[in-house]
Amino acid sequence: MNRLLPFFGFMLLVVLFGFGIWWNTQHDQSAIPSPLLNKPAPAFVLPKLYEPTQTVSKADLLGKPYLLNVFASWCVECGAEHPVLEAEGTSLGVQLVGYNYKDAPADAKRWLAEHGNPYNVLIADEPGNTAIDFGVYGAPESFLIDAKGVIRYKHIGPLTPDVVASELKPAIAALSREAQP
Amino acid sequence: MMRAFLHVLLMALLAFAGVTHAQAIEPMPFADHAQELRFQHLTQQLRCPMCQNETLADSNAPIARDLRNQIFQLMQQGKSDDEIRQYLVDRYSDYVLYDPPLKPGTWLLWFGPLLILCGGAGGVLVAIRKRSRAESASSLSADGMSADNTPTDNRDDW
Repeated sequence: MNRLLPFFGFMLLVVLFGFGIWWNTQHDQSAIPSPLLNKPAPAFVLPKLYEPTQTVSKADLLGKPYLLNVFASWCVECGAEHPVLEAEGTSLGVQLVGYNYKDAPADAKRWLAEHGNPYNVLIADEPGNTAIDFGVYGAPESFLIDAKGVIRYKHIGPLTPDVVASELKPAIAALSREAQP
Repeated sequence: MMRAFLHVLLMALLAFAGVTHAQAIEPMPFADHAQELRFQHLTQQLRCPMCQNETLADSNAPIARDLRNQIFQLMQQGKSDDEIRQYLVDRYSDYVLYDPPLKPGTWLLWFGPLLILCGGAGGVLVAIRKRSRAESASSLSADGMSADNTPTDNRDDW
């Protein structure tokens, strides 16, 4: 028995390392859990991308749930995400709010002309200050905000068909279940 | 000749080191030197959320630059270091702190090593006890042989 003890110790380490590898394939190490989840979204007032003289505030969007999608023309992964929004955007059943992050308006408009515009509302945060209040640290990021203005779900990184089906749609379904008691 | 070459190489490397450093930290209009030192000290304790192996002070990522500017603005508003840290934690969670706070969720992190140490100490204690009991139980002669002249097995075979 004593002779086998080092072998068992070794096997324990192998299992531990194996678990570590498995864990890392299941979890995105760069995704930071947002402390804003299930808390009221920060107040904001931002200009519209196409009509910079008009602004959209948090209060303007209350009453209906919406998906706030942070994107930028310089963001490579946003290009990968965009077809998913184009394809699924209308079937989600919530408003799509495009949040153009740290982008020159001309670049953003050119990018949208090229890739298509799935957004119902488009706001622009060129300095990126409001994004800090949302805890944004990269693009793309998506926030599901309910009718009362509370952040109910956040996804960091591109929305894939898989994420939409397994996470976003159930989260939206939970919201509409709440709305009709 | 060789020495002169090495000298040039070293100078070139130092020049490049200066360039990368200058890119990472842009000058800011600090009120005085003490405030600059405070800023540097604070940003070195905070982690860039985008590139998680770099401090806010070192990182070249756009978000790190924005957050440095924000910290600078908060300092101008007279916010304390703790208030600034809390401001960032409220938005980016404890991830931005290199020093994790002590709370129920981090108890294992803080006291885990102590638990493992205690476990190890317990194991060693049990092993010593067992061995000394085994030694006193087997009647050893002075030369480590038992009465029938065969070497005793003290179970110390690895």
